[in-house]
Amino acid sequence: MSTCADQIKTTELKAKDYKSDTKPVWCPGCGDFGVLNAITKALAALQLPREDVAFVSGIGCSSRIPAYSAVYGFHGVHGRALPVASGLAVSRPDLTVLAAGGDGDGFSIGGNHFMHACRRNVNLTYLVMDNAVYGMTKGQASPTTESDWAGSKLTPEGPGLAQFQPLEIALSAGAPYIARCFSGDPNGLAQRLTEALAFPGFAFIQVLSPCVTYRPEQKEYKKLVHPGFEPTADRREAFMQLMDDDGFTTGVLYKADIPAYQPDRAEPSDLDTIARQFRVGEHGPKPVTNPYYPCSEAGCAVDPPVPED
Amino acid sequence: MQANSLSLALIGSGGTGVMTAGQILLDAAAQAGWYGLMTRSFGPQIRGGEAAAILRLAHHPIQGQDDHLDLFLALDWGNIERFAAELPLAEHSTVIADPAQGDVPQVIARTGARQAMVPLKEVTKSVKGGRANMVALGLVAELIGLPRAALMQTLNKVLGRKGEDVLQTAEACLQAGAEQAKAVDTSLALEAKPTPEGEQPERWALTGNEAAGLGALRGGVRFSAAYPITPSTDIVEWLAPELPKLGGCLVQAEDELSAINMCLGASFGGTPSITATSGPGLALMIETLGLAVASETPVVVVDVMRGGPSTGIPTKSEQSDLNIALYGLHGDAPHLVVAPNSITDCLAATQWSVHLAEALQTPALVLSDQAMGQARAIVDKPIPMDWKAERRTADKPGEDYLRYRITDDGVSPMAIPGTVGGVYTADGLEHAERGTPSSQADHHQGQLDKRLHKLTGYDYGEYWADIEGEGELAVITWGSSTGPVREALDRARAEGITARLISVRLLSPVQPEAMAEALRGVSRALVVEQTHGGQFHHYLRAHYDLPATVQAFHHPGPLAIRPGEVLEQLRQLAQQEAA
Repeated sequence: MSTCADQIKTTELKAKDYKSDTKPVWCPGCGDFGVLNAITKALAALQLPREDVAFVSGIGCSSRIPAYSAVYGFHGVHGRALPVASGLAVSRPDLTVLAAGGDGDGFSIGGNHFMHACRRNVNLTYLVMDNAVYGMTKGQASPTTESDWAGSKLTPEGPGLAQFQPLEIALSAGAPYIARCFSGDPNGLAQRLTEALAFPGFAFIQVLSPCVTYRPEQKEYKKLVHPGFEPTADRREAFMQLMDDDGFTTGVLYKADIPAYQPDRAEPSDLDTIARQFRVGEHGPKPVTNPYYPCSEAGCAVDPPVPED
Repeated sequence: MQANSLSLALIGSGGTGVMTAGQILLDAAAQAGWYGLMTRSFGPQIRGGEAAAILRLAHHPIQGQDDHLDLFLALDWGNIERFAAELPLAEHSTVIADPAQGDVPQVIARTGARQAMVPLKEVTKSVKGGRANMVALGLVAELIGLPRAALMQTLNKVLGRKGEDVLQTAEACLQAGAEQAKAVDTSLALEAKPTPEGEQPERWALTGNEAAGLGALRGGVRFSAAYPITPSTDIVEWLAPELPKLGGCLVQAEDELSAINMCLGASFGGTPSITATSGPGLALMIETLGLAVASETPVVVVDVMRGGPSTGIPTKSEQSDLNIALYGLHGDAPHLVVAPNSITDCLAATQWSVHLAEALQTPALVLSDQAMGQARAIVDKPIPMDWKAERRTADKPGEDYLRYRITDDGVSPMAIPGTVGGVYTADGLEHAERGTPSSQADHHQGQLDKRLHKLTGYDYGEYWADIEGEGELAVITWGSSTGPVREALDRARAEGITARLISVRLLSPVQPEAMAEALRGVSRALVVEQTHGGQFHHYLRAHYDLPATVQAFHHPGPLAIRPGEVLEQLRQLAQQEAA
């Protein structure tokens, strides 16, 4: 039964209409609250019907976020949000697909998918809430953790590794839209997100999102972040900006007009026509080109290469 | 040897063209109205190394390889010792070799097979631009009585577009080869083909992997993501150009983890999805299969088994992924495991799996293997099945929509993104009926019960197993071992040993009542499988009441299970019974 109030709701959605009634597991003061606010604001700004948005995540504190929004969601396994989102976006181009997660999920276990999602350039938005720590497993170093951070029992001397550079890697791998935002500025993030969601291709946003429980010093982020990136479609310029970046520069770094991935198109057919290729008919079975008949030379002397793995 | 069938192998180092010659021979046999099967044996090399095209031809459908080869033709002896065991010879076998390639190696000679020397290289030289594999093809075709017209028609199809010169050269090779047949003093011709009565059934030529691909399409699959791995790749290579014709698509993923998760994403979006892989790839996909169980997202994975563990033997067959398929998932994760038992059945079993996965909102694993997947057969046109992807969807979810509602049959209507009012979050975390994550004991118990109940309460019908014949003796088997078992049972019958066949197609969930019915009156059973450790035997012991006497017969790949060795087991069991 639809009431007058419902109709107003469906014609003009507010940010709160995109929020579910599930209470977040996040600690008080967690930066991810700001991210959730920004997402709902961006969805409202675009007036996207709730049922036409799908929100995919992996595992971790931030990956719980789909359940806190009132759109379709898929909370999967650790590190695999991007493949799930890619399969969904490719098969359902009518949906707006948003993938989100943390720095461990996205850059460590999911690092390979991250690079390939940048290359693949499927039309979806990927948001990483980066706090340089594993919160859900109680404070271990992540790929973006400073090499001398000695706050973890697992790496008491600090991880001793070079920090993962999300923006540099995204740029190298071919992502067409790259930005950095701060969760303490939900309006700025909402603005970037609105742009990213409407962007026709793979849009990546790194969000500096403090973990005040395991990295209380990140409360200082609000003093450290500063605008500075100037959007460019020139990769050299984008790299130059990254050379001067202190890790806290915000804004859109790179925005290029690269056609989004489109799966192959083919002449429409039907199942019976497709099955006909197997028929031993008047003219015998259709010669297979794979894997037996290379026939590259007169007399068919050459067998095709044999695959191993 | 099965009456009136002919087994032959064409051997040569990689690049000599034996696979191509074998393939033309098989297609020409199909053209002539024969049935046949071609298995490929090769090593892990990309080029070079050993290669054999192993064919079996007859006027009736072929179930698998025979005990021994009737004809063995070697273009050269490169690396023969590496795979001679897969090419069994007996005293009745005929080995044709070229003296120019040196003496017949001991590993072949000591089998006692008859030898015929044919100067293949020299004959080939007599044809300008000629190729030894085509000379060999002409010789073999002549020996087995394959009509030349059928051979030429096939060659025309294969080489036609390469021009008249190429065809003429090939024909000259065939002729030169055929003329050498007189030098082989042995009769290898099949008995005359019986005169067909009435209209002949339509026949198909296809591999098990192609059959699985077609089964997927018929079941309603419209999305695939895959990472290449031998011997499963042919499935997705076949699907790639066909899916777009039906409005679907295939994405090449960066790894198996991505492939299965892309499929899950597409399926969450309402598109029936499939991926294909082999042992190591399946191992990588297992975690996500658990996610499919928990989130109740349908997906089909065809695992084309190869020798294991680890990288094992990528190019050769085994049935040893059974345990990981049944038990690999962590937690209590009921899911479907279905095994086709012939090349033709790869089609129906895959189609059925798509239907079941969608109907029950759960992952289905299809266990095929290299022996079926990469063998090409001439078969009667497979009977078309009606199984379709029919997912129970929530088309008009109300305010009270619960994605994981505990229903009578355990299946809950699924809201597909785009459906107004149905928004929910699919979750691999344990959840309450709405989908909200929960660690409460009663929520866990309720959802575990639901996921088990929807699988165990479903009526799978008679297709759960192929049950044939009668008697107090039963052979229980599965997958590609079924072919040789069927043939062994035929031979046993001719010796007066009656036995029944139980080829289990639905491996999970188990069907204890149906199995009890199938085993009614059985006092002795033989379990046949191609594994080292007897995985199927142990699985049967764990889940079914078996007769008091059970004999397990199993050996690993790459050696095929032969009908003769199964027959020997049956004889032993029959004797014990008599004693």
